[in-house]
Amino acid sequence: MSNGSLPLLWRKFPERYLLLGNKCENCGTSFFPARKVCPNCRRKGKLVAEEMPKNGTITTFTEVFSGPAGFEYETPYFIAIIELDNKTKILTQIVDSKKEKIKIGAKVKKVFRKISDIDPEGPITYGYKFKVI
Amino acid sequence: MKSVSIIGVGITRFAEHWQESFRELIAKAGIMAIQDSGLAGNDIEAAYGGCMASGRFIAQEHIGALIADELGLNPIPSTRLEAACASGGVALRTAYLSIASGAYNVVAVGGVEKMTEVSTEEAAIALGGAGDQETELFHGASFPALYALMARKHMQEFGTTEEQLASVAVKNHKNAMGNPNAQFHREISVENVMNSGYIASPLKLLDCSPITDGAAALILCETEKAKELGIKDAIEIVGSAQASDSLALTGRESLTQMDATTTAVGQAYKQAGVSAKDVDFAEVHDCFTIAEVIATEDLGFFKKGEGGKAAEEGRTALNAEISINPSGGLKAKGHPVGATGVAQAVEACMQLQDKADGRQVKNAELGLTHNVGGSGATAVVHLYRRLGQ
Repeated sequence: MSNGSLPLLWRKFPERYLLLGNKCENCGTSFFPARKVCPNCRRKGKLVAEEMPKNGTITTFTEVFSGPAGFEYETPYFIAIIELDNKTKILTQIVDSKKEKIKIGAKVKKVFRKISDIDPEGPITYGYKFKVI
Repeated sequence: MKSVSIIGVGITRFAEHWQESFRELIAKAGIMAIQDSGLAGNDIEAAYGGCMASGRFIAQEHIGALIADELGLNPIPSTRLEAACASGGVALRTAYLSIASGAYNVVAVGGVEKMTEVSTEEAAIALGGAGDQETELFHGASFPALYALMARKHMQEFGTTEEQLASVAVKNHKNAMGNPNAQFHREISVENVMNSGYIASPLKLLDCSPITDGAAALILCETEKAKELGIKDAIEIVGSAQASDSLALTGRESLTQMDATTTAVGQAYKQAGVSAKDVDFAEVHDCFTIAEVIATEDLGFFKKGEGGKAAEEGRTALNAEISINPSGGLKAKGHPVGATGVAQAVEACMQLQDKADGRQVKNAELGLTHNVGGSGATAVVHLYRRLGQ
C-alpha cells in the first residue's frame, strides 16, 4: 500500500501529472504540494492554484540500492531534491540521465513516467520524474 | 511547574528477540522499572507508552491498554504516544508534563517496538511512514535515502567525508562493547564501513542503525515526593523540550541542520540554566551516522560543519572532549524505534548513577538525550542531573 488507494491516486492526478501546486498571493510563496493554509501568513494568506515550473536544479541526490517494496525492477535508482525555477523544492526520481551527469547544480526538466506497480492486481501509478538536460 | 525525577529504570536486551513477544518485552522492562523504583504497582497513577508502528509490525494497536493490562496496572489511565522514532521521547515528555503540572505524583513510561516479525521490505514501508508518504515514500525515497540526501548536502557544504561518517559507526560499535544490553558486540573498522556496500549513497550498510526488538521503561516521581520517600539515586529531569518541523525534507530551511533540534535544545538549556559546554555526555539520535554528525552540531557541541571532523579526531569518544552515545547509540545498541527515546533516558540514569560499567563516563554530572522523529520533523531533548547535586 505504499502507493496508496485508488481514490488517493485519482485525487492526486492534477498534482502528479501537471505539477499543480498553489501560491500565496499575500507573501508570494509557492507551495508544492498545494497547502490549505499558508504557514507564513495563516489566515491573512490567499492561496491560488499554480502550475509549477517544469525546470529546476539538483540541490542534493542519492543513488538508492535498497528501496521499499515496489521498486525492485528499477533498483538502483536516483532520488534527488530539485529546486524548481520558482524556488519551490520537490523530491523526485532522476531518470534517463547518464550517472556522471547527476550532480549537485545540474539542470533538470520534468518528464512523465510510471512510478511503481507494487501490486500485480492493483493500479499502476504514474507521475513526475526529472531528467538532466 | 513541579520538579520531576526518575526513580526507576528497566530495559531489555536490544536484539532480534525470536523467542519473546511484544507484550513480553514491555512487561519485562516495566516490571524491572517498578522493582528498581522500590514502589508498588498500586503507587502508579498513570502510564504513557511510546510505540511507532505496532499496527504494521505485529498488527496490534491499542498499546496503551495493552501495557496497563500486561503490567497489572488497571484501571489507571494508560496512553500510547506516537511520533515515529521519537515516540519514546514524546512519551517521556508527556509523562514529565503530567507530573510537572501537578496532575500526578507517580507515573510509568514505556517504550517498545517489535520489528523482526516482518520482512526487511515491509519494515522499510513501515519506517517510511515517518516521512511524507505521498511525496517521499511514494517516489521510492526510503528512510536511508532521506538521510543520504542530507549527508550529500553536508559533504558538499562542509567537506565532510565518507570516512568521517564511518568513524561515527566505529566509535559507537566500540562503546557498545561495554553495554551488555546492546544488539552488537563487535568492533568494526573504518575499512569495514567503507566496504559495506551502499544502501543509499553516500550511506552504506554500516552507516545505518539496525532493525531491533526491545523495550525500556521508567518510573517518574514528583521530586519532593521522591525525597519524602527517601528514594536513593533519583535522577532529576532539569530540562525538557520538544519541537516540530515540516514532515517532508523539502519543507526545511536547511538540509544540514534540524531546526526542531536547535529549537528544543535551546529551550532545554534555558530551563536548566546551562549551556552545551556543561554537558558531560549525550545520547543522540544516530539512526544514521550523518544524523549524529548533524546532532552534535545542532546541540551546540561543535560548530556547524565541524561535526564530521570532530568525530574522526576522536573528540566524541568515551571520556574524550564530550562522550557521545556511550551506550553504543542507535547504531550499535540497536534501534527498536518506539523504545529508543526511553532507552536513552535509561542510559542517562545509569551513567549519572555510576552504574554504566564498561562504558562509564567519568565524573558525569549533566547528561543530555536527543530523540528525533522521521527526518527531523520532531525532536525531543531532555537534560538530567543526579538529585541533590
